[in-house]
Amino acid sequence: MKIKIMGSPHCTMLAGPKQLSLLFGMLCCLSLATHGHAQERKVEVEQDSVLPIDLLEVIVISSHKKKLEHNAHTKPLSTLDEYLEASQKVNMIKRGAYAWEPVLNDMSSERLAITIDGMHILGACTDKMDPITSYVDVSNLSEAHVSSGQQGAEYGNTIGGAIDLKVEKSNFRPTDWVGSVEMGGESGNNAQIIGGELNYSNERFYFDTDVIYRKSENYTAGGGEEVLFSQFEKYNVSANAGYKFSDDQKLSASIIFDEAQDVGYPALAMDVSLARAFIGSVSWLQNDFLGRFTDWETKLYANTITHIMDDTQRPSVPIHMDMPGWSDTYGYFSQTKWKNERHQVLLKLDGYYNRSLAEMTMYPNDPNENEMFMLTWPDVRTFNSGFYAGDVIQLKGSSIKLATRLTVQNFNVADEFGLNSLRIFYPEMAQHQTRFLKSVSAQYQTNLKSWHFNGGLSYGDRAPSVSEGFGFYLFNSFDNHDYIGDPDLKNEKALEGNAKIAFKKADFSLGLEGNYFHMTDYIIGEIDPILSVMTIGADGVKIYKNLENADLYNVSFDGEYKILPALKWWGVVSYHRGTDQEGRNLPFISPFAYGSNVRYSHKTFTGTLAMRGAGQQVNFNPEFGEDKTDAYTVFSLTLGKQFSFGLDELYVKLGVENIFDAYYSTYSDWKNIPRMGRNFFATVSYAIN
Amino acid sequence: MKKIKYLFATLALTAAITSCSNEDENPLVLEENPLADYTMLTSLTANGHDIEVYSDQDGFTMGYNELFIRIKDGTTDSYIKDAEITLMPVMQMAEMMHSCPKSEIYKTENASVYKGFVIFQMPGNADEYWELNLEYTINGETFKAAERIEVKAPADDKRTVTSFMGSDDIRYIVAMTAFDPGVKVNDFSAMVFKMENMMSFPAVENYKIAIDPRMPGMGNHSSPNNVDLIYDATSKMYNGKLSLTMTGYWKINLQLMNEADQVVKGETVTDENESSSLFFEIEF
Repeated sequence: MKIKIMGSPHCTMLAGPKQLSLLFGMLCCLSLATHGHAQERKVEVEQDSVLPIDLLEVIVISSHKKKLEHNAHTKPLSTLDEYLEASQKVNMIKRGAYAWEPVLNDMSSERLAITIDGMHILGACTDKMDPITSYVDVSNLSEAHVSSGQQGAEYGNTIGGAIDLKVEKSNFRPTDWVGSVEMGGESGNNAQIIGGELNYSNERFYFDTDVIYRKSENYTAGGGEEVLFSQFEKYNVSANAGYKFSDDQKLSASIIFDEAQDVGYPALAMDVSLARAFIGSVSWLQNDFLGRFTDWETKLYANTITHIMDDTQRPSVPIHMDMPGWSDTYGYFSQTKWKNERHQVLLKLDGYYNRSLAEMTMYPNDPNENEMFMLTWPDVRTFNSGFYAGDVIQLKGSSIKLATRLTVQNFNVADEFGLNSLRIFYPEMAQHQTRFLKSVSAQYQTNLKSWHFNGGLSYGDRAPSVSEGFGFYLFNSFDNHDYIGDPDLKNEKALEGNAKIAFKKADFSLGLEGNYFHMTDYIIGEIDPILSVMTIGADGVKIYKNLENADLYNVSFDGEYKILPALKWWGVVSYHRGTDQEGRNLPFISPFAYGSNVRYSHKTFTGTLAMRGAGQQVNFNPEFGEDKTDAYTVFSLTLGKQFSFGLDELYVKLGVENIFDAYYSTYSDWKNIPRMGRNFFATVSYAIN
Repeated sequence: MKKIKYLFATLALTAAITSCSNEDENPLVLEENPLADYTMLTSLTANGHDIEVYSDQDGFTMGYNELFIRIKDGTTDSYIKDAEITLMPVMQMAEMMHSCPKSEIYKTENASVYKGFVIFQMPGNADEYWELNLEYTINGETFKAAERIEVKAPADDKRTVTSFMGSDDIRYIVAMTAFDPGVKVNDFSAMVFKMENMMSFPAVENYKIAIDPRMPGMGNHSSPNNVDLIYDATSKMYNGKLSLTMTGYWKINLQLMNEADQVVKGETVTDENESSSLFFEIEF
């Protein structure tokens, strides 16, 4: 399935409130009301003619195939988080307006492999305030590949799946010089967005640059309530270059610099004064390799992240603290393909070395007392080295994909101070440890006239994350507990089954899709009543433990109907459930959810009316800070029109999200912070040919 | 600085002694300066002897003081071996005088260096002061020396010694021994003495000290895996484990229990009772 969310165009203008009115004046359209912020993204679903073997969802962020690539998307220049959220499979945990945490199959960061062009990047925040998706922007990316469960094993050790963000490159297309300027804004949070790119590309050489800057103030929830500390400011600069040594050999390099400042997290007690990433890579690509092996690609990469949490902007805190964190990763992968009539083999070697260090300094209310200092991540060095092999075997009218990943992962607690800290809890704890991880999967697909079937079985495991293994008094404001890692945790394992059956005719299609994860040694924090809280006001201390087992399943049913040649209806309902061996609800499991839209598309005009909602969160778990989140339904409307001026093209898009200004939050909103209320937005894009 | 001195001394000696001395052992250097890493707190001149008192602290301080003593013969400039020394610190107050807990002074591996400790339960001030009385015997001849010393309250004003009347009507002194805290499980020791009279403070054996470390500045946060202090006959100290989860100010709440496990002093820390009346303080 291909979900086209939007393309970042060569030239987009998304106007801010002021610019908007000017622009609209000029365009003799619309006076803009104020307010709201968009929640709902509309998703245009395009069925590929052939159902892919992977249960893969591709979120198109920008494409070079069209001059105006983003016109399928409701809100160009929205954040990457909004793009991801628009996908059918990905949900986002929100702690504010910025740096949402992707959730796939009801699993988040530590159970997913999230990569950028195959590069591993690990966030530097102990409180998951910087998922790596926050260190790139739509200006950098062309698409996001979402693979469910062990289908994502190509990108790393995972349980829930993988999200690989593909960097946008001119890639030797003979486009010569291409430039654009983008400007935008939203009224609901006074967002201002300014971006631009300048690319040069020919068949031998390309050089791409882009820059984007965003600044938002506090947003307004439904009903007009201002959500304090939801502001953010960020900019992102990137450059890519490639050189062809011969038709067969290409060298390319990429660097992304991303910096966010003054990021508010309304759901948390702390904000972020700085989140900065340098992400760089060099790749070598050659079509011919050894014998029948082709498409040999080798990439070396490095990235470094600095994340500074502080609470100096908060008016009343029991104690002021700074919590900086650093994460540096160095890695590589090298992969090649092998093909004949029946087999398509991908072999990949990969590895990375990560250093995660985080500290906390608390400033006593009595200024004569010494600062309180602890290492919350004790300089954990992770060395992960893996081998992946996958083979797609063509059978008669069907195909089967077999894949495996084998990984060795070492942990080394490099800091003596941190090691001694953890040894308070685990006196016998070793400084080094080695784990072996494995994944095997088989996926079968077949087509029978109008019917498509896709099903698979797999097994995979993962090592504990740095926080789960080595975290030291990490405060989780959701359940109001301090968390302590356990270095002796067992690997978490998942046996997964998935199936999809689809029926497709020219005018309509139906699909039923489901997956089931039976997990053993599921890692989760459990209360230790003996321990004394560190964070003032916390309710208790939790230690990460292995649950005996846990079961998760996700089912969705979607349909599409072409009412008229220009009018299409689409709808989806989904159900999710997660429990442990005692039938206890797992946290962050979506309630019954649904979405639907009607899309009109005729010549240069498009319009979409969309609805999205969820039932009441019946299966919640107060132990993890959850409550019965209410049901909600929100609507949005967008209209787009394309104009031509000679070779240049102008595209205007107007929309309103949360039309009825509903005050609501979802199961994945941290501490029930409300989402944005009614939001008008407009986009003007200009492509210079 | 000290290291440089040490190095210099080593070099000088190596140069001076042109013989093939074994540098690894450096026996001569140690002979020359066995207390180079310590500070000389005072030097008493009496009876033709210079009595040097060293410590790893910068001065006499309220609480536990480990002391090293050497006696130099003023005529030969050599340090006297195998002397017998007793210490008697006395607090000279307006109305009375009293001593404090102290150990015997015994020889170290180096026969001219003697070692022991003194626990000052109070600092001196303008009107009341400590006097260090020494009695030492060399080759059967006994000498005495005395010197007024300045005992200061700890620079950080943290409590490491406390004197109190127990529920059994005995006056006790409880003191931490020298302690270099870290964010870890620390070895932690204390000593208990009772005041028999103004001048006699014998060690109390086989009691128990329950510890409950807390951070008053952090909502009385405590740490796990502490081990109460149990009497160890070999070291004559109460030894246990103290976990400190972060740097900063810690209050080590104590309960002193006698051989019958009855609490002599101190209370359990609860939500209502934030602190014991018996405690030590640590800040790092």
